[in-house]
Amino acid sequence: MADVKTYLREWAMPHVLCPGCAHGIVMRGFLAAIDQLQLDQDKVAVVAGIGCSSRIVGYIDFCTLHGTHGRAPAFASGLKLARPDLHVMVITGDGDGLAIGGNHLIHAARRNIDITVMLLNNSIYGMTGGQAAPTTPEGAVASTTPAGNTEPNFDACKLMIGAGASFVARVLAANPIEMSKVIADGVRHPGFSFIEIISDCPEYYGRYNKVGGGADMLTWMARRDAGVAVPLSEKKFVEHVPSSAVPLGMTTGVLERDIRPVFTGVRRQEPL
Amino acid sequence: MSEARLVQGNEACARGALAAGCTFYGGYPITPSSEIAEHMVRLLPDAGGVFVQMEDEIASLAAVIGASLAGSKAMTATSGPGFSLMQEHIGFATMAEVPCVVVDVMRGGPSTGLPTSPSQGDVMQARWGTHGDHPAIVLAPSSVGEVFDLTVRAFNLAERFRTPVILIYDEVIGHTRESVRLPDQVEIIDRVRPAPDSVDFRPKAAGPNGVPPLPAFGDGHRFHVTGLSHDERGFPTDDGAVAGALLSRIHSKVADHEDEISAAETFMLDDAEVAFFAYGIVGRSAREAVLRVREAGIKAGLIRPTTLWPFPGRQVAVAAKQVDKVIVAEMNLGQLIGEVERAAAGQAEVVGHLRADGEPITPSELVGAVTAAGGGN
Ligand SMILES: Cc1ncc(C[n+]2csc(CCOP(=O)(O)OP(=O)(O)O)c2C)c(N)n1
Ligand code: SF4
Ligand SMILES: [Mg+2]
Repeated sequence: MADVKTYLREWAMPHVLCPGCAHGIVMRGFLAAIDQLQLDQDKVAVVAGIGCSSRIVGYIDFCTLHGTHGRAPAFASGLKLARPDLHVMVITGDGDGLAIGGNHLIHAARRNIDITVMLLNNSIYGMTGGQAAPTTPEGAVASTTPAGNTEPNFDACKLMIGAGASFVARVLAANPIEMSKVIADGVRHPGFSFIEIISDCPEYYGRYNKVGGGADMLTWMARRDAGVAVPLSEKKFVEHVPSSAVPLGMTTGVLERDIRPVFTGVRRQEPL
Repeated sequence: MSEARLVQGNEACARGALAAGCTFYGGYPITPSSEIAEHMVRLLPDAGGVFVQMEDEIASLAAVIGASLAGSKAMTATSGPGFSLMQEHIGFATMAEVPCVVVDVMRGGPSTGLPTSPSQGDVMQARWGTHGDHPAIVLAPSSVGEVFDLTVRAFNLAERFRTPVILIYDEVIGHTRESVRLPDQVEIIDRVRPAPDSVDFRPKAAGPNGVPPLPAFGDGHRFHVTGLSHDERGFPTDDGAVAGALLSRIHSKVADHEDEISAAETFMLDDAEVAFFAYGIVGRSAREAVLRVREAGIKAGLIRPTTLWPFPGRQVAVAAKQVDKVIVAEMNLGQLIGEVERAAAGQAEVVGHLRADGEPITPSELVGAVTAAGGGN
C-alpha cells in the first residue's frame, strides 16, 4: 500500500476519536481499500452523517461532505445522480444509519443507486455519550438503559437484504485485511453496496458493560465471528437471544451479491 | 419572447428554473406544489438534467444539496408540512453555503391544515424556520409571469450569494392559469469557482462580496463541507472567535447587499394618504382595490414587496412618512405586519386586514377595509 498519509489530511489532526476506538482501525482499512482500487483521489466523494464514525470524513483527503444526522444516503444520492463519474461512498454509524436515517438507507438500497455505504456498528450512540441505539443488544447497559436494554435490536444486513440492496456484507474491525478486501469488492460492485463493519466504543459500551478496553473488545469481537462458508440460502442468521448483552455469534463475509439494474434517475439515456 | 399562452403558476416555476439553468430536481409530492415536479420530470431530461423523487422532503433537500456540490443548479418544491421538514437542510445549506432553490407553495396550516386552500402562513417560517441565527432570502411573486421571473432571480441570487433562496407563493398563484409570454432568454448568474490550479485553496475564505468561490466535487479541489462551525479551510472548530467570524460573514454577505436583494413595487403611492402593504395574490387584490377606492375619491396606493426577506424596511419607512395609514393585508393572523410596524416607527398608523380561513382576500374586502379605516383621514 502507498503511504497512508497520501490519503490523510494531516493538517486536520489530531482526530477526535478516543484512544482504543476501533473506528480508527476502520478508517485505516477503508483507505487501504481505496489504495487497492487505485481510484483517482479527486474522483472519490465520501459523505457522512453525524456521530463519531461520521467524523472520519474530516480526516481523509477526498471530497468530503459531513451532512446532517442520518441523511448521508440522501446527500450521496443527489451527488451521484448529478455526477455519475464520481465514486460516491457513505460512512455512517448504527444510530445515524439505522435510527434517524433508516428511511434514507432503505430507499437508497431499494433504488440500487451505485453508492457504497459503510455502517460502523458499535451497538451504541458514541458521540452523544453512550445512549442506547437500535443495535444495542437486549440486556446491554447504555446511559438510557441503566437496567439493561429491553428492546429487540436490528440486524442491519437482514434489513438491507430485505430492502433490496444488491451487495451486502458484514466484516469486523478486528479483521482489517478482510475488511479492506470486502470494502474494495463493495466499491467495485455496480449498484448499491452495503457493508456493516462491526466496530466498538470502549469509552461507553465497553465501560458500561464491563467488557474491557479497546484491545479486549477487539478480542471479544473476533470470538463472535461465525464466518461465512455457505451460500446465503443455507445460512442461519444469529438467532434472537433475549437478555444477553453479548450476541453469541455473527455471520461475516459477503451475504448477498446480485447484479440488478442500477438507478440513475430520470434522465436522457443518450447524451445531448 | 415566445407566443403568449396559458401557463399555470407552478408550470411557470418549472420553466423559470430551466431558463435559469437548473439541471437537478429532487422532490416529494404534496399539494399544492406537485405540478412543479410533474413539469420538471418532463422538461429536465431533454435539458440534460436529472429528476428524482425522493423518500421525503428531508431527503429531497439533501439530494439537492448533494447535486449542487456536484456543480449542478438544483431545486426542490414543497408545501406546508414538507416545508417544515426542509428546515433542517435549509440551515445546513446556509451554514455550508451551498446554493439551492426551495419553493414553498403555501396552503393552510398548521399541520396538514387545508391542503388545497391558499394561505400566507409560512412567511415567518421562511425567515426563522431553521434553528440558529441565519440570513434568509425569500421572494414572493404575485402573478404567473412573476413566478417565472422570480424563479430565475432565486437561482441567480442563490448562485451569487452561495446560499439557499426560498420562493414562496400561495396556492392561488400556484394553480392560476394566465396568458403569458415567457422570455426565451434571461440573465443568468453562475457561482464563482476557484481557478483550477489555485494552490492553498480555502473553501470558506471570503472572495468578492464576502462569498467564497465554490468548486464542484470531482473537479480537482479536494475539500470538506460541514454543518459544524468551521474555519476558512472548511474544517470544524469550536474556537469562538472563528465561529463568530463565520456567522457574521454569512450574515453580512446578505445584509450588506440588502439594497440589491430587496425589492418592492409601488403603485399610485405618490399622492396616497392610505397605503396597502400586500404581497402574493393579495398584492393583486390590493391593486384592484386601490383603483376602485380612487374612483370614490380616496387617495390610496400600494407597496407590494417581491422580496419578503431581507424585509424592504426602507421602502416602508419612506412611505410611512407620507401616508396617514398603512393597511397590511395578509392571509395569516398577522406575520409581516409586525415588520411593517417596526419600519413605520410610529410615522403612520398601521392596521391589519388579516384572514386565515383558506379563502383569498378579495378586492371588495379591501375596499371595505379602506372605508372602515376612514379612508386616508
Ligand atoms: C437531528 C439530530 N438529532 C440528534 C443529534 C445528536 N447526535 C449526534 S451523534 C448521535 C448518535 C450517533 O450515533 P452513531 O451513529 O451510532 O455514531 P457513533 O458515535 O456511535 O459512531 C446523535 C443522537 C443530532 N446531531 N442531530
Ligand atoms: S465515544 Fe466511543 S465511538 Fe466515540 S470515539 Fe470514543 S470510543 Fe469511539
Ligand atoms: Mg454507534
